[in-house]
Amino acid sequence: MYRKVWLSLLLVVLSACQTISKQDDSLYLDLGGKVGISKIIDIFIYEIGETEEVVHHFEDTDLDRFREKQIEHLCLLSGGPCVYTGDEMLPVHQGMNISESEFNAITNAMIRALDTAGISIAIRNRLLAIIAAMRADVIYQ
Amino acid sequence: MKLILSLFFFTIATQISAGGKLIGTSGVTQVEGSAGGGLVPWATLAGYGTRDEQGASAFFSAVTVDDFRMSAYGVAFSYHDRIEASIAHQKFQSDDKSIRLSQNVLGLKIRLFGDLVYTEWPQVALGMQYKNATNLSLIKSIGGEGEHGTDFYLAATKAWLDGPFHHNFVLNTTLRYSKANQLGLQGFGGDKRNRHSWLLESSLGLFINRNWVFGVEYRQKPDNLSALKEDDWKNLFITHLPNKAFSVTAALVDLGQLGGRNDQSGAYLSLQLIY
Repeated sequence: MYRKVWLSLLLVVLSACQTISKQDDSLYLDLGGKVGISKIIDIFIYEIGETEEVVHHFEDTDLDRFREKQIEHLCLLSGGPCVYTGDEMLPVHQGMNISESEFNAITNAMIRALDTAGISIAIRNRLLAIIAAMRADVIYQ
Repeated sequence: MKLILSLFFFTIATQISAGGKLIGTSGVTQVEGSAGGGLVPWATLAGYGTRDEQGASAFFSAVTVDDFRMSAYGVAFSYHDRIEASIAHQKFQSDDKSIRLSQNVLGLKIRLFGDLVYTEWPQVALGMQYKNATNLSLIKSIGGEGEHGTDFYLAATKAWLDGPFHHNFVLNTTLRYSKANQLGLQGFGGDKRNRHSWLLESSLGLFINRNWVFGVEYRQKPDNLSALKEDDWKNLFITHLPNKAFSVTAALVDLGQLGGRNDQSGAYLSLQLIY
């Protein structure tokens, strides 16, 4: 009986540990924390501006707000201590009809930003896997 | 064939921007002209076209092993990331020029579901390759039956953006239903076995970065002729994709027993233009 209780307690503790390790901030730290992420987003915005096929989506964008929300979002996605105060991915992209090509063009802009910021391939891939998972909420909405 | 190639380059020259898929996601062109690895057709379609676009590719490949050499070239088109049509020509000859074989391959592939990168399940496609070999008299003399035949295959391909060691990986498995002897160059079916066989083909690739991939491939082969044993094929490849318009692949290949000669291994080089 005690053995069973002890085992269930152990299971609870183990699963709690797992939850904690899932929320680890190693990616956030690898991206250089708040300072590193701000730098990445600055280059990212510049790269979007250089990407002819998507720049029209940003014609009416308030760039200061966009920058702030992007930094918050990247911070949160990478496990950093931030609150994202921007819009959810699905509603914000509704009516924009972003194509697969445009999504990939933005992804490429992010890849170039990470490269320019000196982020290693392994760290870049960890972040890209997270970004890729949002695609369904972004394209053809 | 020349006309098709000129049409292809005309098409490329008159288009301004390439397709919108991510670099590396269309694979290269396999030896029978379908998008894939070097030996194995994948579920990917030719070129970088997304569901709103068209894609195309052209390739030239050469293989040289101990006593034989082979070359192949062709073009492939894809429409809206759904269907691929391809045409290829293969030439095979012994170094002493006593054996010369060739065939044309028409390929058709339909992507059934999935996206190589973005869905959790693999991209899956169904394909066929119609092959028409020349030199029926030679095929008959080695115990081969027909000079044309059709292969059918089901391919599942998946890429992981953040795979083991935080690198991008691609894994493909193809199940082929074929009675082609040495791709069909030695005819279809034979005295030993004159039926289609289920054959397993697989490729594994690791992206070192966005522009370099290395990996291995394996292709199971039928063994239909009693006079000429046929072995499974293997390779170890490295592909360089400097940009989305061009790729070059080099490989070490092991073709086993070929044309009655043992241990035929050597080198493979393939160039690809992509749109």
